[in-house]
Amino acid sequence: MAQNDSDIVLTLSGVCKSFGPVQALKSMDLTVRSGRVHTLLGENGAGKSTLMKILSGIYPATGGSIELAGKPYAPQTPLEAAENGLAIVFQELSLCNNLTVAENILAMREPSRAGFISDRKLFQTAEALVRDLGLPIDVRARVIDLSMAQRQLVEIAKGLSHDARIVILDEPTSSLTGAESEILFQIIGRLTREGKAVIYISHRMEEIMRLSDDITVMRDGEYVTTVERGDATVEQLIALMVGRQMNEIYPPRESEAPGEAVAPVLVAEGLSRPGEFEDVSFTVRPGEILGFFGLVGSGRSEVMNALFGMTAAEGRVVLDGKAVTISSPAEAIGHGMAFLTENRGEQGLVRSHSLRANVTMAALQDFTTRGGFLKSRKETTEAQQAIERLAIRANSIETRAGTLSGGNQQKVVVAKWLATNPRVLILDEPTRGVDVGAKFEIYRIIRRLAAQGTAIVMVSSEMPEILGMSDRVVIMSEGRVGATKESAGLTPERVMAYATGQHK
Amino acid sequence: MNQTADIAARRVQLRSFMRQYAGIFLSLVILCVIFSFANPRFMSVANLTNILQQVSVIAIAAFGMTWVILLGEIDLSIGSIIAVAGMVGAQVIGLGWGFVPALLLTLGSGALMGLINGALTAKLLLPSFIVTVATMSIYRGLVSLPTNGAPEMIMDPSWTAIGGESFLGIPIIIWIVFVLFVANHILLSRTTFGRRTYLTGGNREAALYSGINVDRIKMIVFMISGTMAAVSGVLLSSRLYSAQTNAGLSYELDAIAAAVLGGTSLAGGVGTMIGTLLGALIIGALNNGMNMLSVPYFYQLIVKGLVIIIAVYLDVRSKQRRA
Repeated sequence: MAQNDSDIVLTLSGVCKSFGPVQALKSMDLTVRSGRVHTLLGENGAGKSTLMKILSGIYPATGGSIELAGKPYAPQTPLEAAENGLAIVFQELSLCNNLTVAENILAMREPSRAGFISDRKLFQTAEALVRDLGLPIDVRARVIDLSMAQRQLVEIAKGLSHDARIVILDEPTSSLTGAESEILFQIIGRLTREGKAVIYISHRMEEIMRLSDDITVMRDGEYVTTVERGDATVEQLIALMVGRQMNEIYPPRESEAPGEAVAPVLVAEGLSRPGEFEDVSFTVRPGEILGFFGLVGSGRSEVMNALFGMTAAEGRVVLDGKAVTISSPAEAIGHGMAFLTENRGEQGLVRSHSLRANVTMAALQDFTTRGGFLKSRKETTEAQQAIERLAIRANSIETRAGTLSGGNQQKVVVAKWLATNPRVLILDEPTRGVDVGAKFEIYRIIRRLAAQGTAIVMVSSEMPEILGMSDRVVIMSEGRVGATKESAGLTPERVMAYATGQHK
Repeated sequence: MNQTADIAARRVQLRSFMRQYAGIFLSLVILCVIFSFANPRFMSVANLTNILQQVSVIAIAAFGMTWVILLGEIDLSIGSIIAVAGMVGAQVIGLGWGFVPALLLTLGSGALMGLINGALTAKLLLPSFIVTVATMSIYRGLVSLPTNGAPEMIMDPSWTAIGGESFLGIPIIIWIVFVLFVANHILLSRTTFGRRTYLTGGNREAALYSGINVDRIKMIVFMISGTMAAVSGVLLSSRLYSAQTNAGLSYELDAIAAAVLGGTSLAGGVGTMIGTLLGALIIGALNNGMNMLSVPYFYQLIVKGLVIIIAVYLDVRSKQRRA
């Protein structure tokens, strides 16, 4: 289709963004036309969110140029972006839960006289807006009383309440049900008919193929290509999205993967938790590394939290052939399980305390005398051994954990769980926020543990890590197990197809 | 290898100890110097003993408060618990049950009131600030039930001996502060329970994921706070020869001040008994010194408030600079 350039509203050329030494976005090009839906497609960490944050004025680009309607555009604040006609609906909700829907939609623009808000006008304006969009929401309801899906709709209404030329939707359907998604799609259709440009971010291929006019593929912070919807198949798009070389190096195996004959140490059957995951089953054998792949929001971490007794779930868990109920982390640890959580700052590390105190934290029972005293010398030995074994770079075992680098902090948390001598070790994003060197060391530790017979469940959203480390891979898609496959012979394309729900 | 590392570790501990208390210790020394210039009798043995006796009630309550603040919680009910404890003691003695049962029941009542605070906080997930504001009122009301608001005299010689007699030339009351200081210090710094309290206060979620029974720790800590307040109640009623319905009024604020002056972080996870003892001594020295100088009570309140702000500011700033 021939296109002239008069309908171009937004042009990006060579836009990049670095955070210190980390390049989150390298040379991004994008041309957005009015009246069309332009989808950004890429794996987690491909740079989509960074790009959106630059466009919305949350942080500035470090290079390249952006033109909005022919004029240079470099917003310093979200307000400036709004004034320039950009409306952004973020994936993370930004609503005040204790206020009403109307107050949220019209936040900062409340109809007022002499500083007093006119409630009547506020509700009228919001009501008109919501009805216009066809959203089934009561504007007088407080946000806290709404479901997650309804809150997402409020967020959308808020974004669209500005008179925008460009509407950016960042995974708007991730918490919507089918019916609510339909409402959203109708709104999108109307926006484009009104001549507005829509930038759409989603992982769901069905939606993308249905809504998009143009599709731009991003990978590792770089522009890959832009195609029109009719010009590429789903398979081709997935290949473009993941098509990188497996250039990361993984330490060699120290043992053979255990065969079918080895009895599993952990069996999970039909785990379900409404709204989070459904009918999740998997097994892991001693000495096996079981990868858990899924896109953000697919329910991987939620499954692990339930398995570890942090949240309640239906289903059956069998450890060493015996059915067990685990209703607290203490019980899980008692059964020989360990769980390195995704968020080490909040759930793993006690930053204000010494490395020594952090290392023995989950195994304090083993460091207690009969009289309740702390076995100080034994603790010192354990902490020193941890430093040596995991090559933690710290001045001494008295060093406060919060002062260590990200990679070393992660090793401290690993050391904490190793001190419990786990039979099943669950690792959720074990290398997130960790530099390349420490990454390799963590991989080596994982390999060594597997060789010693520990069963390892490794949750990750990094495809190379999953394929490079796992013996088998469980692929989750929208709260369910999409597939469980031997990793030998598995390609990134196939994994991504299962994760996006293309293979059924 | 292991031994040298041990020594190195100990040296690090010593250095961090010096750094930790330098600010608060300096404040105490400066106060003492100022007061002894103003009145040479301030530094006499008799007066220093006097300060220790005066500060004992606050210091012991502050030991309990330190546990609670270490968890990132607060206990505003201890002033009321002090009064209830005194009244329980007076009533049991009045029944003629004798000293030991009276003492045990008094301490038991403190533990029970603390347990109620802890259970409401841990099990009903209410903020401890709200819970203890409420129980502060409830416990204060309970004090007056047996006597309709009148004070109750205590004539038991053992009970009154606690506040009046000496042992080996040192007042019994100071022995009690010393023993409870050592006991709390050891419990906090040498036992697994103390470590778990620190870890839970430092990062509750990480403690939970590491299998620490956070609710149980919370309840025990509030029980310690209640029990310490009950000991304070025994000391106070013993010194006053009676249980007063308004005993210990607003003592919780002095106890909080002592803990915070001693470097205990209201955010939880950071603090020591040594710091709290020093903090209590500062408050004691201030009260005593200003009394000796005949500073009017209302000026004393103003000065005390200012000293707390300045001392905590200096402490926070010096720690920031190091970090």
